[in-house]
Amino acid sequence: MEARDFLALTPMLIVTGTALFVLMLDLFLREERRGWLAGLSLLGVVAAFLANLYLPTFGEPLVQGMIRFDALTQFLNAVFLLGCGLAVMLAADYTRRQGIARGEYYCLVLLSTLGAMLMGASADLLMLFLGLETLSIPLYVLATFLRKNPASQEAGLKYFLLGAFSSALFLYGIALLYGATGTTKLDGVLQGLSGAMGAAPGLVLGGLGLLLVGLAFKAAAVPFHSWAPDVYEGAPTSVTAFMAVAAKAGAFAAFLRVLAISTPALAEGWALVVGWLAIATMALGNVVAVVQLNLKRLLAYSSIAHAGYLLIAVAVGGTGALSEPASAGLLFYLLVYTLMTLGAFGVVIVAEGRGENLSLEDVKGLAWRYPWVGLAMALFMVSLAGLPPTAGFFAKFYVFRAAVEAGSWGVVLAIVGVVASVVSVFYYLRVVYYLYLRPAPAAEAPAAGGQAEAEAGRPVYLSRLAAWGLGIAAVLVLFLGVYPTAALQWLTEIAAAAMGAVP
Amino acid sequence: MSVPILNYLVLSAVLFSIGALGVLIRRNALILFMSIELMLNAVNLAFIAFARQWGDVAGQVIVFFVLVVAAAEVVVGLAIIVNIFRTKETVDIDEIDLLRG
Repeated sequence: MEARDFLALTPMLIVTGTALFVLMLDLFLREERRGWLAGLSLLGVVAAFLANLYLPTFGEPLVQGMIRFDALTQFLNAVFLLGCGLAVMLAADYTRRQGIARGEYYCLVLLSTLGAMLMGASADLLMLFLGLETLSIPLYVLATFLRKNPASQEAGLKYFLLGAFSSALFLYGIALLYGATGTTKLDGVLQGLSGAMGAAPGLVLGGLGLLLVGLAFKAAAVPFHSWAPDVYEGAPTSVTAFMAVAAKAGAFAAFLRVLAISTPALAEGWALVVGWLAIATMALGNVVAVVQLNLKRLLAYSSIAHAGYLLIAVAVGGTGALSEPASAGLLFYLLVYTLMTLGAFGVVIVAEGRGENLSLEDVKGLAWRYPWVGLAMALFMVSLAGLPPTAGFFAKFYVFRAAVEAGSWGVVLAIVGVVASVVSVFYYLRVVYYLYLRPAPAAEAPAAGGQAEAEAGRPVYLSRLAAWGLGIAAVLVLFLGVYPTAALQWLTEIAAAAMGAVP
Repeated sequence: MSVPILNYLVLSAVLFSIGALGVLIRRNALILFMSIELMLNAVNLAFIAFARQWGDVAGQVIVFFVLVVAAAEVVVGLAIIVNIFRTKETVDIDEIDLLRG
């Protein structure tokens, strides 16, 4: 280990240190001071975020060729840490209401974030696997965190069994690629791949196929999505919010790293297979979401649908020279998806009391009693549907544009994507409709939020920290929607550098 | 006399398939879990066989990492299964069907 190895690992070490410190401090805190744990976790996340931004980047792999700390790693780390920070802010009051405000909660969230960071930074398939497991194992525990609640127990069991199964498939894929090329280093695999295709095509294709299946499971892409709605509904909502973001972003970070080992010879088959996955995912996610009345389930299918849009970028990203706009679009989409999904789940979190599972009926007229919360939810819904002037519009626009530029198959994918988005407008705006157009009987009270209305209608548990979290997400969604060019410019440079770094 | 590498790979593939089939067919959460462990160990065998073929120790080192990960999974998985058994008194995944739709 050299000094620069430690330098590159600093953000991850800060996250690890915070996780362990939170776990230990929990033992010495009295019940009423548990709120400090959230603050402390947040402090660690902010420290890691700043360290990540201001550290120098390195062109070549570090730590025995395991980790890359380049501009792409920096950006992915920033997305993961942003997601983690917002999830902690939204969770602080919710976990207290549900009686699960323990140190383990924040420790596991931080460790899961660490796993996502390792996946995004990996330069070696082994590191990718370790990152995947570091991301997933804490999530299994978090999903079942409401220990006495049957729904949460079931969510944990389903997530664990299918997650471990997909990890085993992923690992077998790594073993086959190792057998074909004699190395697990990503650039070594890339160099050996053309030769190995001639010598043992079965190993290469089987290996890449199993990698794809493993990641598709984590990203909840159809037909490997069956766990997602049940797990999202059963898990505590603050966990669902984090899981929807961290597991998906981690899987797509891994897709980006694996994309680099797709040679031109394989690109066509890759585009075809991933493209069909994208089509199936968009179609099923959006169509089934239409009939959902439970808010968490609706958002679960929405997040499946969004995996489909992201897969379009993955499908066209493997086609050699055109990978830069697709990668940049994928990165932009990941950032925007993180913000709007956390925001939407965040509103569900603040609206949900102990032991409740909100349906659309439950949020009826909520916007008249809590105008700011309602406005924020409307903004997130419009953004998820992909309408301007929000970030969701530009995220879809950039991905579809990259697809259209990639040739006729890309055009087909973009058309399916647009049609799917049109369908999605219906169920997203229905949520807004329930929020606004049907005032609850008690809605004659003055519009400003206060104690009087809280007694009249369903209360919203908006703690200061959760309000800040929602506010940050909403402002960023608006900002990226009004002024996306600077971010995209930056991401194109990152994508160009990352794709150029691999020989 | 040495056994050809291919035999180990075939054995590994067979074990992996048995594990995968077990996950898809069996309904007892514990058996499912054991099938997943079988899959992981089949992968370990493949790694060792390939390491031998390439004359590269990295493949053998990977096995240790996989063992550690599998151990961590066992800890979490058994805890989840025991916890669910305490309330439902069954680990049959067909009877654990609260969430659907």
